[in-house]
Amino acid sequence: MSHPAGTTELTTSLTDDEVLLIRRDFPALNQQVNGHELVYLDSGATSQKPFSVLDAERSFYEHDNSAVHRGAHTLAANATELFENARSTVARFVGARENEIIWTSNATEGLNLVAYGFSNASVGRGGADATRFVLKAGDEILTTEGEHHANLVPWQELAARTGATLRYIPVNDDGTLRMDEAERLITDRTRIVTFTHVSNVTGVINPVETLVHLAHAVGAFVVLDACQSAPHRALDLAALDVDFAVFSGHKMLAPTGIGVLYGRAELLDALPPFLTGGSMITTVTMESSGYLPAPQRFEAGTQKVSQAIALAAAVDYLTAIGMDRIERWEAELGARLAEGFASLPGVRVLGPAADVHRAGLASVDVEGVHAHDVGQFLDDRGIAVRVGHHCAQPLHRRFGVTASTRASAYLYNTTSDVDAAVEAMGSVRSFFGVN
Amino acid sequence: MASGDLAGMYQQVILEHSREKHGFGLQPEADASNHQLNPTCGDELTMQLHLDGNVVRSLTWEGAGCSISMASASLLHDLAPGLTVDEMHARIDLFRELMHSKGAGIEDDEPLGDAVVLEGVSKYMARVKCAMLAWVALEADLAQVAA
Ligand SMILES: Cc1ncc(COP(=O)(O)O)c(C=O)c1O
Repeated sequence: MSHPAGTTELTTSLTDDEVLLIRRDFPALNQQVNGHELVYLDSGATSQKPFSVLDAERSFYEHDNSAVHRGAHTLAANATELFENARSTVARFVGARENEIIWTSNATEGLNLVAYGFSNASVGRGGADATRFVLKAGDEILTTEGEHHANLVPWQELAARTGATLRYIPVNDDGTLRMDEAERLITDRTRIVTFTHVSNVTGVINPVETLVHLAHAVGAFVVLDACQSAPHRALDLAALDVDFAVFSGHKMLAPTGIGVLYGRAELLDALPPFLTGGSMITTVTMESSGYLPAPQRFEAGTQKVSQAIALAAAVDYLTAIGMDRIERWEAELGARLAEGFASLPGVRVLGPAADVHRAGLASVDVEGVHAHDVGQFLDDRGIAVRVGHHCAQPLHRRFGVTASTRASAYLYNTTSDVDAAVEAMGSVRSFFGVN
Repeated sequence: MASGDLAGMYQQVILEHSREKHGFGLQPEADASNHQLNPTCGDELTMQLHLDGNVVRSLTWEGAGCSISMASASLLHDLAPGLTVDEMHARIDLFRELMHSKGAGIEDDEPLGDAVVLEGVSKYMARVKCAMLAWVALEADLAQVAA
C-alpha cells in the first residue's frame, strides 16, 4: 500500500485521545447499556458504522437512487458512476484492479461463488477455458482446522459434489498452523488451498506467503478468507499473490449486505458463473446464453448499490486514518487483552501466548463458568463480547472446549475498554461461586 | 457488583443446581431418550424418561452447557417424579409460558415448584432457549412414549 503524502515509513499507532475523537463519529457507541457506557468489543462479529457511511447510503437514496447499468437517464448514469467508483475505491484499498472486484452479499457468498464455479466447471460448464477448475475423484481440497464454518462447509459440499477429497491442516496447541503438516499435505493432488488470513477465534495471523508458495509450487489455487484482515490491516492482494480472496463489508464499518470477492482477472473471466440471470449476459436465446466478463459475469440481478457506495465510504474513512496505524493500535489492544485475561486465575486464553503478536482480539475459557454466563455477566456491565463457538466448532473441539468468550477490538476502542473487560472478567468466577 | 436483574436471574439456588446437577448420569435403559442441541451456543443435553405405567418414576440426564441450562435440567429432575404423563405435559406448558412472560411471571406458578426460580431468565430473550433445553427434550420423550 502506498503511504499518504507526508507520512514516513515508520507509522505511529493511535492514542486513546485520538480514539476518543474517532468515537464521536460512531453514534451507536455513544449509548448506555444496562446503566453503563457501552463498551463494544464485538467488532470481530460486526463493526459499528460512522456517520460518513450512514450519510453515504442516505445521500444515495436522497439524490441518486436508480438502477445501475440500465437506462439512459441522468439518475441511472449517476448511480452507475457512484457504483463503479465504489468498486475502484475498494479495488485500490486491497491492491486489486476494478475488474477483479465482485460484489457479493458477504464473505460467505463469495466463498460459495468460488466453490460453485469449480462445481459448475466440474460438470462441464464454462467450456475449454474452465477445464482448469474441474475437480474429480483423487483431487484434493485443503483447508485448515482453524476455519470459520464459512470457509469449511462450502468445501465439504464441493468435495461431496465432485468426488474430490477434503483435507485439513491441523493447528498447534497455540492455534498456529502445523506448517510441517502443510508441507506434507500440499502435493500434486492438491487443487485448492484455502485458509483464513487472521483467525476470528485466536487472532493468529497465518503465514500467507509461505502457503501461497507451497500451493503454487504444485499448481493449486489459493483462496484467502480476509474477513478478519481486510478491516484491520493494509492488504495488497496482488502482492500476496492469492488467486481468490473474500471479505465482508459489515466487519469494516460498512452496512450488512455487501461483501467482496477478489479474483485474479484471468481466473474470473474463465470461472463459470454461480448465480445467473439478468445483467450478467451478452446474448440470450431461448436455448442458451453468453456471459459477460468479470465482474458483471458474477453480478446477476439487481445489485447492492447503496451498500457498495457505503462500503466505499467506509474504506475512505479507514484510509484517512491509515490502515497501518489501525493495525498497530489493534495489536496493542490485542496484547493488552491477552495479557490482562491471562493474568486472571482460572482464565485460559485460547491461541498464542499473551506476549506473541496477535490481531486485536482474544478468546478465553473461564474454568467452571460457561461462556454464555460469562457474556451475560459482562453485558450486565455494558460490555459487549461474543460467546459461543464463533462459527468455528472444529477449532473449539481442538482446544477441548465447546464455547469461548471473545473480546474483539477495532479502531474505536480505547485501552480503558480493554481494561473494563479485563476487570469484569476478573470478577466472573467469584460471582458464579467457583474459585 | 451486579444489577438486580442479573442477580435475579442467577439466584443462589440456580447456581447451586448448576453445580450439583441432580439426576446427572445416563442409565443403560430408559423408556424414552432425547438429545437436544442448541446450535447457537453448542449447549447439548440428553434427557431420559423412566416411567412406572403412566407415572414418571424419574428422569436422568447428561449434558454440557451454561448454568441456566444445567440448573433447569436439575430442577426439572426434582419436579418430575410422581407426575402422570398428562400432568408432566401441563407442567412443561406452564414452564414455557413462564419463560415467555418477559419478566412478568405467570399467575399460578405453584405447580412448577422450585423451578419458578428461573423466572428471572424470562427477561433475557436470548437465554430462554437455555432454560427450555431440558424441558423440550422431556417433551420429545413424552411424545415418544405416546407414539
Ligand atoms: C474468519 C471469518 N470468515 C468468514 C466469516 C463470515 O462472514 P459473513 O458472515 O459476513 O459472510 C467471518 C465472520 O463471522 C469470519 O470471521
